[in-house]
Amino acid sequence: MATERVVVDPLTRIEGHLRIETQVEGGKVTDAWSSATMWRGIELILKDRDPRDAWYFTQRICGVCTTVHALASVRAVENALGIEVPLNAVLIRNLIEAAQYMQDHVIHFYHLHALDWVDVVSALQADPEKAAQLATTTSDWPNNGVQHFTTVQNRLKAFVESGQLGIFANGYWGHPAQKLPPEANLMAVAHYLEALDWQRDFIRIHAILGSKNPHLQTYVVGGSTLAIDPNGQSVLNAERIALLQQLFKKGQAFVEQVYIPDLLAVASFYKEWAAIGGGHGNFLTYGDFPLTTGDPVTNPDILYQPRGIILNKDLSTVHPVEHAKVTEYVAHSWFDYRDGNGNGLHPWEGQTNPNYTGPRPSEGEAYETLITSDEAKYSWLKAPRYNDTPMEVGPLARMLVAYASKDAPNHNSVKEKVDTVLERLGVGPEALFSTLGRTAARGIETWVIAEVALDWLKMLTDNIGRGDLKVHNGAKWDPKTWPALAQGVGMTDAPRGALGHWVNIENQHIQNYQCVVPTTWNAGPRDAHGKRGPYEEALVGTPIADPERPLEILRTIHSFDPCMACAAHVVDTTGQEIVSVKVR
Amino acid sequence: MPREPGSLMNALLDRGVTRRDFLKFCSAMAATLALPPRYEIRIAQALETAARPPLIWLEYQDCAGNTESLLRASKPTVADLVLDVLSVDYHETIMAAAGHQAEAAREATMKAHQGNYLVVVEGSIPVNDGGIYCCIAGRTALDLVREVCAGASAVIAAGTCATFGGLPAASPNPTGARSVSDVVKGVPIINLPACPMNVENLTAVITHYLTFGSWPATDQFKRPLFAYGSRIHDDCERRAHFDAGQFVEEWSDDGHRKGWCLYKMGCKGPQTFHNCPIVRWNEQTSWPIGAGHGCVGCSEPGFWDTMTPFYERLPDVPGVGIPVQTVGVGVVAGVSAMFAAHGVLSAIRAKAQPLHRPQAEVEAVDISEPQEPPRPTGQPTVADTGAEAPEKEGES
Repeated sequence: MATERVVVDPLTRIEGHLRIETQVEGGKVTDAWSSATMWRGIELILKDRDPRDAWYFTQRICGVCTTVHALASVRAVENALGIEVPLNAVLIRNLIEAAQYMQDHVIHFYHLHALDWVDVVSALQADPEKAAQLATTTSDWPNNGVQHFTTVQNRLKAFVESGQLGIFANGYWGHPAQKLPPEANLMAVAHYLEALDWQRDFIRIHAILGSKNPHLQTYVVGGSTLAIDPNGQSVLNAERIALLQQLFKKGQAFVEQVYIPDLLAVASFYKEWAAIGGGHGNFLTYGDFPLTTGDPVTNPDILYQPRGIILNKDLSTVHPVEHAKVTEYVAHSWFDYRDGNGNGLHPWEGQTNPNYTGPRPSEGEAYETLITSDEAKYSWLKAPRYNDTPMEVGPLARMLVAYASKDAPNHNSVKEKVDTVLERLGVGPEALFSTLGRTAARGIETWVIAEVALDWLKMLTDNIGRGDLKVHNGAKWDPKTWPALAQGVGMTDAPRGALGHWVNIENQHIQNYQCVVPTTWNAGPRDAHGKRGPYEEALVGTPIADPERPLEILRTIHSFDPCMACAAHVVDTTGQEIVSVKVR
Repeated sequence: MPREPGSLMNALLDRGVTRRDFLKFCSAMAATLALPPRYEIRIAQALETAARPPLIWLEYQDCAGNTESLLRASKPTVADLVLDVLSVDYHETIMAAAGHQAEAAREATMKAHQGNYLVVVEGSIPVNDGGIYCCIAGRTALDLVREVCAGASAVIAAGTCATFGGLPAASPNPTGARSVSDVVKGVPIINLPACPMNVENLTAVITHYLTFGSWPATDQFKRPLFAYGSRIHDDCERRAHFDAGQFVEEWSDDGHRKGWCLYKMGCKGPQTFHNCPIVRWNEQTSWPIGAGHGCVGCSEPGFWDTMTPFYERLPDVPGVGIPVQTVGVGVVAGVSAMFAAHGVLSAIRAKAQPLHRPQAEVEAVDISEPQEPPRPTGQPTVADTGAEAPEKEGES
């Protein structure tokens, strides 16, 4: 049977620059290679700077998952210096992150992922009346009426007739794997447009709590700069809190009345994808959302989302996380380790000596392939492993760990919603280990967070009501109070998964800085043992109806929600060692 | 007003936008551009006759922060921008097409609209080692950006990375990151720095272009005067507290809760030219100083090196902290002198840094001019030198 090399580059509707190469045989992917093709060098740029500035730099690792690197960074420095953050700041950070989950997941579903399942052109054929019937059977959303759907369809018709198809040009319209009826497509297109307006309004939460979005500016080592005073005029006061309440409630309404019903409606037409794209079946989450003061790194029991590991799709056991077991391989990455590339190194002992061995395109020319041999290096990502095992991170990992952790604060909420979704789709828990499961878990998580965010806002207002206005612990703000040497790790679970920052501080300056990032876990290449990364493994077995239009590759890769700027973030062209620290 | 077939106004009306909304948009644009009210009509007239201009949005060494900023557009909204105002023919983050179909869409626009399409660039362009630190579809960013921009009617550099090299170009600039102006010659370039750029300034620039057929007046860094013409310090809502000597001394103190001046906490507003205090963020909901954190100077060239450490206060100012009644013109003059002096200090610091952080070797590439050095701050740029005409490279 003929073997074909199918390459997608640029893999669009993601953050950053990703190239996927696959081998297709008999209408199925038989092998896959995931490659990051862009580098900047932020960790090296951080060297010798003030550790209190690091959050501002690392936040720029990514503008899509804005705030998450800032959070991991301040936590790493606070962990290094032993700074306890006041409760108000803990809750402000939780609320910022909760809003990030909600907004990021909604944008992912509608604007990055939906066009893999929704045929925009087919929506032109829809009967708006039938579309309204379909929509109102699953939701009370006020904009699901005939008139609104007719307006959207007319707008779409005029757009198509203009001949300028803009962002919709050259999509995989009419692809045999597109299965939604025209009415479902119209409903989805209407909500695609509505979600664009919703996210803009909803994210004003970040402006209130973080000054602006993207790239918030109220993080600070030791707490938050968002001053609180119910009697103040230009700080977090009753008027701002009322606005927060309103925005979170509107957010929850959209999630419950639009996102979740759409997710269920679309998924019900694509149930075969509950058996595709499963991958290795190993899942890691650091957990997040501390509910009290205390260092979340050393006190996982204060976290709303539990920390844990699931191995081999076995939900009967949740394994503890020991970050000393995290290593990174470079056998297939454009780096070399001084003592050979056979072993993985812990981030605190890591080296970053780049060695680009890929093709060098000349002006006007494109290279054909990065996979020139079985030994080829082919990515700017390292290959992270936990206990030598590739791990998937992200919403599915979190929902599985919460589902299996009976004592976790979010267990009941997660279990109830997971079971509801499985029942509505008529599938068992095994369906979670798939492309569809990944996409469903993201929706379920948004639903859980939309509910609990309002509780956290109440915790904040209750605390303010008790007269606690403190947002910052300044005891160690002055670098003169710091020890000559300090080391820290900051953990968070970003929308896309487990995120860790490791910092080493020497004489009040950053001696070195390392990030191990969600998309590096998921999109990394093979390790020294030839074991595929999670993207690569998940693609094996994926059916490809038309190699010229590999829509199915997009479905599985998008289900992970790639963020390449996050994943590829460090470079050292001088070949010097960035990190050489002992694990404490 | 007559409705031209295929005009933008026509398109908007066909898509259910009311004339009232349209005029509201025009007046909002006139306000952002700081134009007198009579210009609203001119904006409306121009938009009524313009077809949707094709736009190619390129992302290189970026974080997609400017793309996210684009999604926050409110006047017009991003849906209006994408469907009605522009024809966004290539944008990796939002386009439906992928792989070679995506590249084909870009190439089709370049061919069909040679000399007439707009380009927005987000992110810096690495030039070290033949540019292999950023490749798309098997080609380097350097190769692609030059090819695409060569046929553009104009190029907008969105955000500080595309404008000045930004974070990737911060010392020691490991990948040889460059700005658009460094590597693209022969087309008009307009710079919209800030980290990220405020989308209201992007939509205002596009409207200006569609309305007047030209770019807005810019300063020597190609930044539009309407957005970068005055200092944050001069438009800051907390300025009165600076003049009165009322300062936040530590985070979460009484002055912090009262919204006093953040100068002593390291605010760089006095060195930064941007309309952040006026336009604010996310539909005017807030902005950094409004939320209790100092400005970090993100719209200034080289701010990653010249404005850090962020929490280090500018050198002591005569008059800072003195009783209100004695503050007057003399103090303001003293402040100006101090900022001029600090500019020198910044330049020295930026120069001194490579001593312990060696600059990576930069391969020789075709870059005719080096990045302009950071401006000695405090020296009046806009007000005294007057608006520079939009630069048309190759004609001057």
